[in-house]
Amino acid sequence: MPRILILFAHPVLEKSRMQQVLLAAATGMPEVTVHDLYELYPQFDIDIDREQDLLTRHDIIIWQHPFYWYSCPALLKQWMDLVLEHGWAYGHSGTALEGKKVFNVITSGASTEAYQAGGFNKYSIRQYLLPFERTAELCRTTYWPPFWVPGVHRMQQGEIEEYGIRYFALLTALRKGSLREEEILRAPQLNDFVSFNQTTPL
Amino acid sequence: MDPSSFLFQAFVYLCAMVVFVPLARRLGLGSVLGYLLAGIVIGPYVLGVVGEEGQDLMHFAEFGVVMMLFLIGLELEPGVLWGMRRAIIGLGTGQVLVSAAVIGALALVAGFNWQQALAAGLILSLSSTAIVMQSLQEKGWLKSEAGQSAFAVLLFQDIAVIPMLALFPLLATTPRPGAAGGEEHLSWIAGLPPLWQTVIVLASIVGIIAAGRLVITPAMRLVARTGMREVFTAFALFIVVGIAVLMTGVGLSPALGAFLAGVVLANSEYRHELESDIEPFKGILLGLFFIAVGASVNFPLIAEQPGTVVTWVVVLIAVKSVVLLGLGRVFRLGTDQNLIFSSALAQVGEFAFVLASLALQEGVLPPATVQLLIAVVAITMALTPLVMLFNERFLLPRVGTREAPPTRVVDAISARNPVIIAGFGHFGNTVGRFLRANNVPATYLDIDSDTVDVLRKMGFKVFYGDASRYDLLEAAGAREARIIVIAIDSKEKRLEMIETVKKHFPHLNILVRAANRYDAYDQMNAGMLHVYRETVDTAIRMGVDTLKLLGVRAYTAHRKALTFLRHDERNLKQLAAIRNDEEYITEARKFIEEIELILQADRHDPTRDRDEGWDADGLRKEAREESL
Repeated sequence: MPRILILFAHPVLEKSRMQQVLLAAATGMPEVTVHDLYELYPQFDIDIDREQDLLTRHDIIIWQHPFYWYSCPALLKQWMDLVLEHGWAYGHSGTALEGKKVFNVITSGASTEAYQAGGFNKYSIRQYLLPFERTAELCRTTYWPPFWVPGVHRMQQGEIEEYGIRYFALLTALRKGSLREEEILRAPQLNDFVSFNQTTPL
Repeated sequence: MDPSSFLFQAFVYLCAMVVFVPLARRLGLGSVLGYLLAGIVIGPYVLGVVGEEGQDLMHFAEFGVVMMLFLIGLELEPGVLWGMRRAIIGLGTGQVLVSAAVIGALALVAGFNWQQALAAGLILSLSSTAIVMQSLQEKGWLKSEAGQSAFAVLLFQDIAVIPMLALFPLLATTPRPGAAGGEEHLSWIAGLPPLWQTVIVLASIVGIIAAGRLVITPAMRLVARTGMREVFTAFALFIVVGIAVLMTGVGLSPALGAFLAGVVLANSEYRHELESDIEPFKGILLGLFFIAVGASVNFPLIAEQPGTVVTWVVVLIAVKSVVLLGLGRVFRLGTDQNLIFSSALAQVGEFAFVLASLALQEGVLPPATVQLLIAVVAITMALTPLVMLFNERFLLPRVGTREAPPTRVVDAISARNPVIIAGFGHFGNTVGRFLRANNVPATYLDIDSDTVDVLRKMGFKVFYGDASRYDLLEAAGAREARIIVIAIDSKEKRLEMIETVKKHFPHLNILVRAANRYDAYDQMNAGMLHVYRETVDTAIRMGVDTLKLLGVRAYTAHRKALTFLRHDERNLKQLAAIRNDEEYITEARKFIEEIELILQADRHDPTRDRDEGWDADGLRKEAREESL
């Protein structure tokens, strides 16, 4: 059974309804480690050995964060800069992460329609996620499409909670291995594998 | 009052010092000239307050030279001394041999026999350590190339005196005038065979080095532990006097022995304390010595044979300067440095008095010549400040290549650290450990001898002493350092230190520990920009952990702490500016009113809750408006 590591980065979680719900959904699941970066390293003093050790002990790595300015919050970037060392995560002898799966779980203010050619943001979310994708590929991991919660600013409480349920369902399915990788890689986003009204995956 | 009473004598000398030295300095003539003038004025031929006892005083005050060499030795670590060997041997030998040869040749021409000419040449080749070092130090040239070269020559002369003392009895041409009485003036080992003499001399040198390493430092530790300053001072004097006694006993120059002991102790943690204890004694004794030299200028003799005296003085200064100039050129001194070097060393020194009286005793020179010699020597010494002044005012400006004291030489004096940490208690040692962990070399000062002892064993560069003293700071390298961290416990001492540092070392960046807000106010009002309250960071960290235990996110708590600290520091600055002690009646009242002000300022603080970049409220509102 694959073990899942959620690298969570949010500087003001107390102000984000959506992220609180997502985090609550993931917390307490067996074989799922929720790793709250801002809570652990409020002064940005990342413990690199500990982080690398955590990575090696998990199979699926999730970067969960709000999509600030088309990217992640500062601490997650710092985490990438420091933890994904040359010779460990990439480079000729950097094979520590080989074969692991990586994807982003993000929340954005703008809607799905905004992220397309001709839309407000002009490009798709996958295009904006290219830095993450290349990072994952350089580290010899497989980059999966994101679990993406768009339009969070207009969301009603009910909708928010439904996303929490979907996230829980996704994590359950990944743990059980009930999703086939070819299908995952073909999908534009991981949202598609779980519907609003289902608590179990398709 | 009995004019010969001790107190009256002391009164006269001190009075002359206090009147003439500041006067001479005010006129830009330097303190040495002031002392000499004072001596001339109170001497037997002007006011006549001081009579024949001036000579005895000179012998006594010569001890100031011994102390001075001890202090110079303390400044020179053995490695640095070794680095100067070329200058000492090259310049030194050159100066003594060439000067002695030229002067001796002139004396032959003047009708001396060869033994007398040799004796006169050797006597007159020496220069005055006291006058040269004091003058160079006063002008700040001690660490320039000229100063270092002059020092090397003087050091060699000190060594050269030893064989001269041994040589003079062999030059006797006339029967000794006081055959029996003169004997005891030499050392007690003089009667022993030469081999034994050599062995004893070498043994005493080794003894001094060994004692410095093995006995003196542990003994100083014990003395320092008593915490009684005067005992430490007494011990410091004891060391110097003891060495002088030993050295005189074996027929060596006490100044040389003291210098050697100084070098041995240069690495000791008590170096600065020794320096600051001996320094005032040295100053006073040297002053007395100069006064005595002034008082010993024999004006009647000059009046009797003005032509001879003036010729001797002029020829001597001319010959010595020309020889020195030549040597300076050979040793590649810049023109300006060479001028300083040669004008400084052009006089004849205090050793001449010793050697001349020895020459008289041993029957080398006739009494009349010795009298004349002593008068001439005193005059050349008295003229030195004037010669240097002439050089400084008229020659140097024409040369135009005056260089600032080169840093290379300064570095050689001792490895100076960029940071000085005063106080190595709980506070200072944390700063020190942190800097050390980051490879920042620092010099530490502490008043607790046990702490100093332990830390030195751990390889820290720690010195014992009261860090608020100017001389200790100077000795610790405050002039070359960039930053001083004041971490001592006593808040009064801290303020004292701030004043001292601001006054004498304005280039230093001062970082100061403060016990609390009041302390911080005082320090800020004293112009401090970097004030660190002992409790504030810790208290805020405790507050952060309290918030976290209550469920506040760690990063939020951390940011709140930063904001709060910034606000509190700004607040501190404002309150420091408006604080008025007279309004407060009691400490308690003061504290309460203060808290009130602080709390009010906390409430109005505009920096609270300003994470707008992350604040989604505005975005949400806009999004809702759009969707309507």
